[in-house]
Amino acid sequence: MAHELLKRIRVAVLGVVLAGAAQAATAAESIVLASTTSTEQSGLFAHILPIFEKTSGISVKVVALGTGQALDVGRRGDADALLVHDRAAEDKFVAEGYGSYRRDVMYNDFVVVGPTADPAAVRASSDTSDAFRRIAGKAATFISRADKSGTHAAELRFWKAAAIEPVGQSWYKEAGTGMGPTLNMAAGVDAYTLSDRGTWANFKNRQNLAILYAGDPKLFNPYGAILVNPDRHPHVKKAAAERFIDWLTSDAGREAIASYRIGGEQLFFPSPR
Amino acid sequence: MFASTLTDAIRLLATFDHRVAEIVGLSLQVSGGAVVLGTLIGLPLGACIAVGRFPGKSGVSVLINALMGLPSVVVGVVVYLLLSRSGPFGAFGLLYTPLAMVAAQTLLVVPLMAAIARQVVEDAWQRYAEELQVMRFTWWQSVTTLLHDCRHSLLVAVLAGLGRAMSEVGAVMIVGGNIDRATRVMTTAIALETSKGDLPLAIALGIVLIALILALNAVAFGLRHWAMRRYG
Repeated sequence: MAHELLKRIRVAVLGVVLAGAAQAATAAESIVLASTTSTEQSGLFAHILPIFEKTSGISVKVVALGTGQALDVGRRGDADALLVHDRAAEDKFVAEGYGSYRRDVMYNDFVVVGPTADPAAVRASSDTSDAFRRIAGKAATFISRADKSGTHAAELRFWKAAAIEPVGQSWYKEAGTGMGPTLNMAAGVDAYTLSDRGTWANFKNRQNLAILYAGDPKLFNPYGAILVNPDRHPHVKKAAAERFIDWLTSDAGREAIASYRIGGEQLFFPSPR
Repeated sequence: MFASTLTDAIRLLATFDHRVAEIVGLSLQVSGGAVVLGTLIGLPLGACIAVGRFPGKSGVSVLINALMGLPSVVVGVVVYLLLSRSGPFGAFGLLYTPLAMVAAQTLLVVPLMAAIARQVVEDAWQRYAEELQVMRFTWWQSVTTLLHDCRHSLLVAVLAGLGRAMSEVGAVMIVGGNIDRATRVMTTAIALETSKGDLPLAIALGIVLIALILALNAVAFGLRHWAMRRYG
């Protein structure tokens, strides 16, 4: 009978699903790390996590979100540890008792990216505020992440420092998306945007885009690791998560971070001790 | 730009490794699981609505038809809130696992499969209602008989569910988290490669996904013909 056959197919498929689930359940210890799109899309995790997994036997499952969203996931207890980059929000997270502690891990920097033709002459900027003022002065299209990410928070700080209120201006587009999609948009319409150096270095669809301004100490972009508070969320895998955070800040972890390069360029620098 | 992206994509297809095979395998497991559950829930549900006589029947039919357009991202957020550690089912720790993805996709495909089943079974019911009543079939016997008689047409409902499940990205991205080697499926991998600006790789994965759906449909079509010829 045809429906006998269908039944048999159903049973087979169900078997495969259950086998997959069982496999997931019996796998070695794992933790969930809520982190940022910049660390995932720059390729850093693909480089350092296999090294950590080999030495510890703990597999790290990375959920890549904007920093704001990652903190939210941590607040709900859906991750064991966080690796994010918005210092003010991180300190608030720990102060409110959602995180046990925060540790400096690494840093890189933000870069102002735009069309090589550079209609706003951002290349000639004297500092970050000047660069942002030049973009606003020429009403050149600027694409904002607008997703409460660490990069978005930094961008809003830079506008504030330049004494400009961009929200609502016709040249200011709020994309509400990750770093990669924002760069895709900027490449598509020859717009300016702010990127972290890691995502930019690993980004392949550049078209006419180039780094137009970088190097100001204000563009410093530090990443911190946070243990989600086990007192608030008892299911947090404290021992494994702490082992990961300890490793990130150990000599071995620092070396792994420093050794990630794209085209010879180092993308993340271990924080000074 | 477009032409070179496409040729790069086709060149990449030759170099796919076991990582892509893993992603394809997980896609099949998750969407296959959702379609199995969708078949077990959606088809009987659709048939019950078709055969049953109850107040508000047309309202239910309209509702289930409308839910065919349920946005996957909404399902994702709802399932996320349910499975989150701070949600009602948080204690099971299912968030960011393949089972969470199966649950979300099941919610997506059940209304779609039920709506198609309702239409198919209702058409058959109108043809055979008298005969079934003469044979003094109970309401439930009518449902199972019609489901069995319509099985070849209901294959469309199963294939529609499979297509919807395999192609959606909004729900699995939120409840699965697109975790490498754990919850990454075809669509979330395509979204990730697009984010990295690696458009040739994204297109190459897209070609694999479309080819897979095409192959599954061809197999289903062939099976149906074989079964009809052999068993009528």
